[in-house]
Amino acid sequence: MKISEKDVEHVARLARLTLEPADLTIMTGQMDALLGYVEKLNELDTEGVEPMAHAVPMSNAFRDDEMKPPIGIERALQNAPAAAAGCFKVPKIIE
Amino acid sequence: MKFHDLTIQEIRQKLRSGVLTSVELTQACLARIKATDDRLNAFITVCEEEALAAAAVADQQLAAGDTGLLTGIPVAVKDIFNTLDIRTTCGSKILANYVSPYDATVVAKLRQQGAVIVGKLNMDEFAMGSSSENSAAGVVRNPWDTERVPGGSSGGSAAAVAAGQVVATLGTDTGGSVRQPASHCGVVGLKPTYGRVSRYGVVAYASSLDQVGPVAGNVEDCALMLGVVAGYDPADSTSVDCPVPDYLENLKDGVAGKKIGLPKEYFIAGLDPDIKRAVEAAIETYRQLGAEIVEVSLPHTDYSVACYYLIAMAEASSNLARYDGVRFGLRKDIGKGLTGMYQQTRTAGFGDEVKRRIMLGTYALSSGYYDAYYLKAQKVRTLIRHDFLAVFEQVDLLLTPVAPTPAFKIGEMVNDPLQMYLSDIFTVPINLAGTCGLSLPCGLSAGGLPIGLQLIGKPFAEADILQAAYAFEQATDWNARVPKL
Repeated sequence: MKISEKDVEHVARLARLTLEPADLTIMTGQMDALLGYVEKLNELDTEGVEPMAHAVPMSNAFRDDEMKPPIGIERALQNAPAAAAGCFKVPKIIE
Repeated sequence: MKFHDLTIQEIRQKLRSGVLTSVELTQACLARIKATDDRLNAFITVCEEEALAAAAVADQQLAAGDTGLLTGIPVAVKDIFNTLDIRTTCGSKILANYVSPYDATVVAKLRQQGAVIVGKLNMDEFAMGSSSENSAAGVVRNPWDTERVPGGSSGGSAAAVAAGQVVATLGTDTGGSVRQPASHCGVVGLKPTYGRVSRYGVVAYASSLDQVGPVAGNVEDCALMLGVVAGYDPADSTSVDCPVPDYLENLKDGVAGKKIGLPKEYFIAGLDPDIKRAVEAAIETYRQLGAEIVEVSLPHTDYSVACYYLIAMAEASSNLARYDGVRFGLRKDIGKGLTGMYQQTRTAGFGDEVKRRIMLGTYALSSGYYDAYYLKAQKVRTLIRHDFLAVFEQVDLLLTPVAPTPAFKIGEMVNDPLQMYLSDIFTVPINLAGTCGLSLPCGLSAGGLPIGLQLIGKPFAEADILQAAYAFEQATDWNARVPKL
């Protein structure tokens, strides 16, 4: 096995997902199969090969620092699950 | 009304001469959607009122001599494109009620050319899938055989064109999501070079691979649609600032003297015999049209699927971190604090395939595994790109199948994700290399299902593959076949 149920539970916590026990078993099996498959890449010697992050060679894209009309509070909040006083409302963070 | 046999240019002619109005045409599309979409489920949202209003405006503009490239033409876009004041769900429960406060750049470009946007098309949730079975809005069905998938993730975009519901559509292609459904539905679909089309306002899946592409009933319409959406956008810093050619200008120049490469790794044992036969016949057609056919090699092809899924899943896990129930989308909160709210929201909002990819991506990026998985995949990606750049020193374009089999049955592969991923073998390398490719109809299987031909071009050489596709389309009658619905 490439990955255990305990590992999968840890990854779920990192990804902010909850898995029911039955789903955990299925997910572990599927992740294991896929991780086994991608092992294939280790057949290739990539010593000294530059990693490719983008198909277009570019580093930074700069623009002039000009003011543009903002979207506005009403538009920005139109999809908020909860809002108050022009702000996004979230559950209490500090007890 | 039937417009399968008319090009956009021919419809424009009818609209300008007054033989036809945009309102009539739009009403015909809406009627066709009403008559067929209970069987296909190609649309998530149909905007009848907005479409008829836009058509009425287009008719006034046409009467005043408007020359927009799409004035009055009914089109639709995948539900991954943000549309001002029209719901954008991305096929997910987590965005079920999301209404964008702005238009994606490509949507704005369609509107600027006068297009009538009829609705939003069904898709695999967050564009993750090869079958359009992973949608919160339900499975999309193939117009050629409603027991079969239309391909994915842009299944709605391809099915809607094949069924004559609209004239043309936009999809997105991260690993084949425009080309493979176009192939399965018997229409033309193009994945432009990375950076050719703006992605501003397109819901992100895997940002180093995602690209917007048109789907149309014929090559000329596909070329026209690409011309409308292509170009640099200051709002997308990954779009490339290079001139957009007129894709219609040299479309009819033919392929005489062109060198077409056949990558031997794409013609392997296990390829469906009907597909093999259709693609071989296409090669013969190109030979007769005066192209020179040569065998070439893309030696790292066999590593593409592993490389692709590692990169796509890693980027997806990062991109989808934004769905946290705070600023937009679903929120589930049963009073277990902020982290509890994140977990409940994401667990309730994402479907199985999306969760699977987030999980694998999170694992591949997690401490201790980054080098072994993500970095390794990025290095292999360099090798794959070099394969293509080397081959394009020898040939003008490449010719391959699009998918190893015709459209499969709904439900056939849902329990075997790896098998489903492997079916992307001929399309993902193009996204990894960042170049362009298109799919066009080249035959029917013994069971009467469409088969697609893939033409792959040099970076930013969309005009070359469109030209080659046009020559094939004119020399054969595959494109004239339409499903009986």
